[in-house]
Amino acid sequence: MSAIFLHITVISYFLAAGAFLIFFYSKSKRVGVAGTALVLVGFITHTAAMALRAQEVGHLPLTSLHEAMTFFSWTITLLFLISRYKYRIEILGAFVVPLAFITLGYAAVLPSEVRPILPVLKSSWLAIHVTLAVLGNAAFAVTFVAGIMYLLQERQLKRKKPGAFYYRLPSLEVLDQLGYRALSFGFPFQTLGIITGSLWAAYAFGSYWRWDPKETFTLITWFIYAVLLHGRLVVGWRGRRAAFLCIVGFCTVMFTFVGLSLLTEGYHSFQ
Amino acid sequence: MRVFLYGTSHKTAPVEFREQLAFPPEELKNVLRGLIEECHFDEAVVLSTCNRVEIYGRSAPRYAKAEPIRDLVSRFNGLDPEEIDRHAYFYLDEEAVRHCFRVGSSLDSMIVGEPQITGQIKEAYFEAKKHQATGPILNNLFERAFNVAKRVRTETGIASHAVSVSFAAVELARKIFADLKDRSVLLVGAGEMGEMAARHLTSHGVERVLVANRTYERAVEMARGFLGEAIPFEALGERLADADIVISTTGSSQPIITKEQVQRALRARRNRPMFFVDIAVPRDIEPAVNELANVYCYDIDDLETVVESNIKERQREADRAEEILSQEVQAFVQWFASLDAVPTIVELLEKSDKVRREEVAKTLAKLVNVGEQERQSIEAMAHAIVKKILHDPIVTLKKHSGDEEGGKILGIARRLFNLD
Repeated sequence: MSAIFLHITVISYFLAAGAFLIFFYSKSKRVGVAGTALVLVGFITHTAAMALRAQEVGHLPLTSLHEAMTFFSWTITLLFLISRYKYRIEILGAFVVPLAFITLGYAAVLPSEVRPILPVLKSSWLAIHVTLAVLGNAAFAVTFVAGIMYLLQERQLKRKKPGAFYYRLPSLEVLDQLGYRALSFGFPFQTLGIITGSLWAAYAFGSYWRWDPKETFTLITWFIYAVLLHGRLVVGWRGRRAAFLCIVGFCTVMFTFVGLSLLTEGYHSFQ
Repeated sequence: MRVFLYGTSHKTAPVEFREQLAFPPEELKNVLRGLIEECHFDEAVVLSTCNRVEIYGRSAPRYAKAEPIRDLVSRFNGLDPEEIDRHAYFYLDEEAVRHCFRVGSSLDSMIVGEPQITGQIKEAYFEAKKHQATGPILNNLFERAFNVAKRVRTETGIASHAVSVSFAAVELARKIFADLKDRSVLLVGAGEMGEMAARHLTSHGVERVLVANRTYERAVEMARGFLGEAIPFEALGERLADADIVISTTGSSQPIITKEQVQRALRARRNRPMFFVDIAVPRDIEPAVNELANVYCYDIDDLETVVESNIKERQREADRAEEILSQEVQAFVQWFASLDAVPTIVELLEKSDKVRREEVAKTLAKLVNVGEQERQSIEAMAHAIVKKILHDPIVTLKKHSGDEEGGKILGIARRLFNLD
């Protein structure tokens, strides 16, 4: 049952992404409204799919890469809807919704059978740890998109030749603020994700930190974001440099989250 | 009954010709009267601006012609009729409606989307209405044209990109800063264009205005106009950090604001973005300033480039407006066709004719020994009955064709006689 809902969601996000790309091209308000409506429909079925999955497996569905990606996509959509209504940046949909579609589409093709979890991982710490980490990652996805939009708009303004992006994207300040807000939302979650993870590791394995690849790379991304946040708050970094770091940061996030889950084995690879 | 329009515009005639053609406002009344009395218009509207002269009319089909209008125009302004012909266009029905909507929505304007024409066309319409030159058809045509203009303005961006240099500067500022409300602008020099740009900025929310000028008194005077602050010219470098937007218009032959100064200002501002508008020629601000991160420096040529691409963007939006227009033109044309009594009268006659022929044939078949004379009498009687019964309905339909009740009466007639 949850699989059916998940497929409906994939289709809605696909159509919504298409609508938003047409909206970007045509600026037709009606198409933009249709895009948001499709995202809302998808978000409802997405939520239903996860709830049903939880019922089917008997615990929070966060124990396989399929489940984590599904939750990741759900959080990206949620953050999009919040930004869409709070900051009225409709055009964000043309950038974020395709990302939500890709992540969920990827989740849908990953093996989704229910497997027994390692006994050592059977703990509510796991749910908390993964939830926090995924929330952080989804917020970083928003900073990534805001960073790309910033760079596009900035390029147009610097080169003084207004083009399609100049007319469609919001002001630099709005994009910079969006990136900053998402960063200051994501960073604490990632930090808490790391802390809960190491506390749980201490309880389960007897040591806080074991330098498994995912832990190492998470530490790298944490440093990237920490440097960025520090630069923003203390040195007054902003604009292009901040946007660029947001993009680099998210690339390492995706490598850690997806790449390492597939390349490596161990308790962090959802295998 | 037909709607049509006769006119010339900036697209078909040079300005020297348009000047001669335009009617002075006090003449409009006489032109309208001439159109109705001499050209047999049932309704008329005359639009006369510096960019176009257009005469809209509604009349019986046989009067819907260009020549009489041309002759009237030529009599009023003394131009050679052949000369007028060379620059004029004449559109009928659907084409006339489309043109009217395009003009009203500012799609036919020299700069697409400029709003004056919508006001001018409103004036022209109310002028004609005042002199009782309009009736149900043109009233509806123009009311709809105003609605179409509103739809086009809200549903497309044809009016949304600046087409003047000083507005383009404001627009750029709004692409850099989200909200201009807490921003400050520094005016360097007392140039008129700078003052205008600053006015636009304050009307978009900028609250703080600083003025620097070589003659301090002039700076004080200008600052007063903005409730702002005058700063000594020598302090420009130090105070640069206080400005989010800098507009420079001095006549200096050397750059006044250097890259080093801006760099220092940026450090003091902790990299908060700065926007420089250099309207002076030769330039007041070192162009290399634009290379600094979070600094955007536009000179007059750059602003012109922005205006050019804004005009192109408006044109693209205008293409989207054509879709809206097509829908609205169709709606009007349909309504207009529904008012025409002729097709209904024809159908009515055909239907009764058929009944008459059938009934006469039936009667004749029943009768025996009918001579030629009796047959003719019966036929004549049937004919006369049908004609007399239909006489009043047809007169009524014709009389109301094109007025407020016309559409309603047509609808009732079609239902009573079951014509649909």
